[in-house]
Amino acid sequence: MSKVIFERPRYLCDKVTHYCAGCTHGTAHRLVAEAIEHFGVGEKAVAVAPAGCSVMLYKYFDVDSVEAPHGRALAVGTGIKRARPDLFVFTYQGDGDLASIGLCETMHAANRGEGITVIYVNNAVYGMTGGQMAPTTLLGQRTTTTPAGRKHDNEGHPLKMAEMMATLEGVLYSERVALYDPKQIRRARKAIFHAFEVQTKHNGFGFVEVLSACPTNLHLSPVQSQKWVENEMCAAFPLGLYKDVTAKPPELPAATPEAEVNGVSQGTCHAV
Amino acid sequence: MNTIIIDTERCKGCYLCIEACPKNCIEQNGRPNASGNYPVQFVLASECIACALCALVCPDVAITVFRHVKEAKTADTAMA
Repeated sequence: MSKVIFERPRYLCDKVTHYCAGCTHGTAHRLVAEAIEHFGVGEKAVAVAPAGCSVMLYKYFDVDSVEAPHGRALAVGTGIKRARPDLFVFTYQGDGDLASIGLCETMHAANRGEGITVIYVNNAVYGMTGGQMAPTTLLGQRTTTTPAGRKHDNEGHPLKMAEMMATLEGVLYSERVALYDPKQIRRARKAIFHAFEVQTKHNGFGFVEVLSACPTNLHLSPVQSQKWVENEMCAAFPLGLYKDVTAKPPELPAATPEAEVNGVSQGTCHAV
Repeated sequence: MNTIIIDTERCKGCYLCIEACPKNCIEQNGRPNASGNYPVQFVLASECIACALCALVCPDVAITVFRHVKEAKTADTAMA
């Protein structure tokens, strides 16, 4: 007797995606579709699609979708969420969309603490338009607009969105994950599920940055591009949890007179 | 027996699954699909441990994984 242990999630349409071979947009789509199914929000979910490679996202998710003007997904999402607070709103944006043209809308929606979940797919390049430099392009990375490699004195440094989001009061959860191997995909799944939970339970702003590979514009094979994400991109964009105010504070041991004495003595040592 | 089913029309031939499979059960198929991509095929079915790593890394969600489970014991055999 055989048991199915892995199949396509319910909210992913039975359609072949237009993404290039090895593009991890498909993996990110699957994780989001699994989260929609897990939290049972399929009937009330609204996806806000960006401009970029994932522009045709409404074809791939079996949920209601709105196509936002370039970068303005969170402005559209804010309108939907304020008009219909009962809906589950999530945006799925790339780095050119969220971190470049839509940075203003992104930061202000985050600062207001809108109850929206943001899945931010960072592949360090403008994928759809032909591999131009994005705000997240790594220093030294060759693109069609930085043929000699990005230099910080001319083009600036890569923009670290997960860290920036963590500094804003309105953001409840900010984490950076990657998709280059099965272990990281499992971590990314956990992070996306948690970001969904932040909205379903706390009606707060959850932000997940997903480091993704663009084999076509990196001019690498799919397998090599995953290695590139692991070695180059993760060095520039450290993975990890940057903010989670929904987590319980760590339980401290009950204070005893001895512990207080130790605390004082440790404090003295620290001062020395 | 553990097995996987690959939707060859969905497969774009990125071969991330070949890289992920710890038992080398997946290899490139020499015949292109309708889109002109060379999909992967499942070989060495006896070696498959149904770990689902291939399905986990597949960006096109083209792989379904089946794990062999033993028949549930009846009440009589369970007692014995």
